Amino acid sequence: MNATAPALNLAPLLQVQDVCKSFRKPDGDELVVLEKVNMTLRPGEIVGLLGRSGSGKSTLLRQIAGLDEPTSGQVNYLGHAVHGPASGIAMVFQSFALFPWLTVLENVQLGLEAQGVAEAEMRKRSLQAIDLIGLDGFESAYPRELSGGMRQRVGFARALVVHPNILLMDEPFSALDILTAETLRGDFLNLWGEGQLPIKAVLLVTHNIEEAVQMCDRLLIFSTNPGRVVGEILVDLPQPRHSEDPRFRALIERVYVEMTARPRGEVRTGPKERFPGTGIGTVLTHVSSNVLTGLIETVAAAPYDGKADLPVLAEEQHLEIDELLPAADALQMLRFAEVEGGDIRLTEPGLEFARSETDERKKLFARHLITYVALAAHIRRVLDERASHTAPKSRFFDELEDYMAEDAAEQTLRTIVSWGRYAEAFAYDDHAQAFSLENPA
Amino acid sequence: MRLDRLPISVLRRSRYVPGGWDVLAFLLVFVFFIYCAEAAHGLTGSLARLQATPISLAPTALFGYSARTALRMVVAMLASLLFTFTYATLAAKSRRAEVILVPLLDFLQSVPILGFSFTYLFFLQLTPGRVAGAELAAVFLIFTSQAWNMAFSFYHSLRSIPDEMVEAARNFQLSPWMRFWRLEVPFAMPALIWNMMMSMSGGWFFLVFSEAITVGHTTVSLPGVGSYIALAIQQKSLTAIGWAIAAMFVVILIFDQLLFRPLNASADWFRLDQEAGFTANRSWALTMMRRSRLLKLLASAFAGMLRVGTRPVATWGAARRRPTAAWSSRWVDYGWYALLVLIGCAAVWRVSLFVLAEVRPAEIGRVLLYGVFTMARVAVLIALASLIWVPIGVWVGLRPRVASVVQPIAQFLAAFPANLFFPIVVSAIVAFRLMPDIWLSPLMILGTQWYILFNVIVGASAIAPDLRYAGENLGVRGWLWWRRVALPAVFPFYVTGAITASGGSWNASVNAEVAAWGTETVRAHGLGAYIADATAAGDFQRNVLGIMVLSLLVVILNRLFWRPLYARAERKFRIS
Repeated sequence: MNATAPALNLAPLLQVQDVCKSFRKPDGDELVVLEKVNMTLRPGEIVGLLGRSGSGKSTLLRQIAGLDEPTSGQVNYLGHAVHGPASGIAMVFQSFALFPWLTVLENVQLGLEAQGVAEAEMRKRSLQAIDLIGLDGFESAYPRELSGGMRQRVGFARALVVHPNILLMDEPFSALDILTAETLRGDFLNLWGEGQLPIKAVLLVTHNIEEAVQMCDRLLIFSTNPGRVVGEILVDLPQPRHSEDPRFRALIERVYVEMTARPRGEVRTGPKERFPGTGIGTVLTHVSSNVLTGLIETVAAAPYDGKADLPVLAEEQHLEIDELLPAADALQMLRFAEVEGGDIRLTEPGLEFARSETDERKKLFARHLITYVALAAHIRRVLDERASHTAPKSRFFDELEDYMAEDAAEQTLRTIVSWGRYAEAFAYDDHAQAFSLENPA
Repeated sequence: MRLDRLPISVLRRSRYVPGGWDVLAFLLVFVFFIYCAEAAHGLTGSLARLQATPISLAPTALFGYSARTALRMVVAMLASLLFTFTYATLAAKSRRAEVILVPLLDFLQSVPILGFSFTYLFFLQLTPGRVAGAELAAVFLIFTSQAWNMAFSFYHSLRSIPDEMVEAARNFQLSPWMRFWRLEVPFAMPALIWNMMMSMSGGWFFLVFSEAITVGHTTVSLPGVGSYIALAIQQKSLTAIGWAIAAMFVVILIFDQLLFRPLNASADWFRLDQEAGFTANRSWALTMMRRSRLLKLLASAFAGMLRVGTRPVATWGAARRRPTAAWSSRWVDYGWYALLVLIGCAAVWRVSLFVLAEVRPAEIGRVLLYGVFTMARVAVLIALASLIWVPIGVWVGLRPRVASVVQPIAQFLAAFPANLFFPIVVSAIVAFRLMPDIWLSPLMILGTQWYILFNVIVGASAIAPDLRYAGENLGVRGWLWWRRVALPAVFPFYVTGAITASGGSWNASVNAEVAAWGTETVRAHGLGAYIADATAAGDFQRNVLGIMVLSLLVVILNRLFWRPLYARAERKFRIS
């Protein structure tokens, strides 16, 4: 079997049908995390799930692993519905999830031991896996004695030793430094290409676009709120792939375009509305005001002069996509920029912001914050109306919880506090857990 | 034949030379077996004969007594571990069990050991006329001073295992049994070991009560250090007290060196954040265990046995049935809660009947007032101890060399049963006719103040060097330095220590507010004295009333004062 070419005629290993995940909010409404996700995994392919944080891609991965149950829909593995962890599906974790009190060998043996494999067989297979993944000589080491890269190798060996059909990877390289991640990726792809890995298919969750394009045969792009598959991109470049290859760059550009595309069907905001995020129910991803001003300044300056290609910007400014996209979104919400087709373009106020001094910037920021971010306007209005000019955080928190999950509400408030402080629009006392109008003189 | 199954001493005769560590290990194992055999022999003896052989105050008798006492301690500790592994696991795994088991534990934790003394008669009647019943009762009483906080710590650990590790265990289909021993127990180990140490010192503290107990007309003195002390107090022998203190010192030193030092050092093994470790715990006993081939062999044989023995269990239950929808429905929840409420009401009814049969409502008011007296004592003492130990702790903590000397001493002192010194203080109070309401009070904090000291030391030594340098660089000195740098940095640690000290002092009040010296008894006004008197008189109604009020006060104090303070310390003073 040629592992690099997806065999479309083979029976699928895994089929995800109309999977939804939702939580019940305190007021009884449903909060949808995943909406009608469909996908297929066939022998011989590496499929990437790509999306921003909060798009539910990790949730989907856990449902496939049997660690989480979908609210509706079904996950079928080899024709049988998945309920609970199945043998034949092994996972590699972002935090490695090694047991620090077990040696490398013992960690690797764990899955076999759980299956009740005989001692001699267990040892043989574990040593093979350790060999394969390049951990020779480290068998008796404890995880704490290893570097991050070596630890993740143990994570891989532990998953491979059970000879799974499907290997699930949850951002396996994101906790590693760039160089180590690249080496590990390269080693993995080599073994995969040579058909040395005892696995049939791989499902990779990542937010790193370059990593996705380098490793995967097929990419599924996820949207946020709710998470669903909004696009599929076939990567038909031969391995090894080089990031300087123009075809590689073109694919990355395509992914950016897909990821910044406005979700279809979001016409409910009205045809005139070009900008998302009007209601107070909008989840605000935390982006520091430092990053916002930095991004405006960068885009305003040469060589971009007010308009930049996002992939190029990410590359040149060494920004990860999960930093860049939320920042771009925030600027869009504040009407300092527009994002479309993988490009970011500063609006007239955005350019003015870039030209101004600190005080004027703050005033401009405050004006836009109160005008365009409904939650900020709401907080300000409440504070103005109250005689004491103070309001407890819980008041707004409860309101937000009608629209979003608890941690999202927490994050949204943290964001609005940070922006409000920068704009000097209102103050927040963490100790008293209260908003107020007075700034310390 | 597999060569590696042969004993090392057979296989590699030329290379196997018993080292010094081996000799020592051999001796220790051997002595331990002899002790166990002797103690077991004593169990079957008759109670009458035990009462016929009085406790001897001869110093040489202390060898045997210490061994017996230590063995009781170990047995109780094993029982506590068993309780911890079952109770806490149930509480952590079952949402329905959790709602009742956790508050129950919180409450049990605040009940002083004397509150359990009524169980004594029950155990005596289990084996009429035999020593075994009395021994069981003593072990149970020690158990009640050890088990609760261990269970709490285990429950807490089980709830805080990182998600991804739990997911890894599930993904690789570890059976519940395997998950327990491979993931949950190791993860909980560092906190559990710490709590075992605390429990052990709690057990020592109540030694006198657990071995020489009088409930109503029944008095039994089991051979042990506790009974020895009780007799010494009765006979006003300060020399005997001195010998008992010396014996206790040695026993605790042995426990410290052979059990807790090695356990603590090996606890580092189980920590997740190994790189951050700032203390390298060392223990010669652990080194011995790791280097001694004999012990290693024993350990691996034991581990192999365990593995073979549990193989069927290890794979059993891997394909666990999922609970049916009906079982996990909300209606079952409601039914369960309703049942709990019903039981609660029945309990209130029963307890009020029991207590009110004997006690007038006015007395309840008086007991509450006593509670306030004791509370005032605890508050003043904690404040005083803080004033003394916080500055000293900070001073020590900032000097790693000094800390490495002081820290083990403070830990040792915390483990030492302070009530061994009570007779000395009480004899002084009797001799100089001092006011018991004031002078008995310091006894309550004698043993618990050390928790404040060593927590503050840990806090001060954990201050990031950069923070200290920044302070120095900005010229922050004197009171400003204390206010802005030192005190905020150690505050969360201090609160942890103060909570422990306060809880311990409440418990100690039962021992400290009434003290006897020969025929003279000095008595302070307080809840502890009330409970102690009721127990001595065999007055169960007043005993229950006193304990209920005490537990209630402790739980309320924890909820309304310590918990918010702790939450605030956590929020305000954490760095990240």
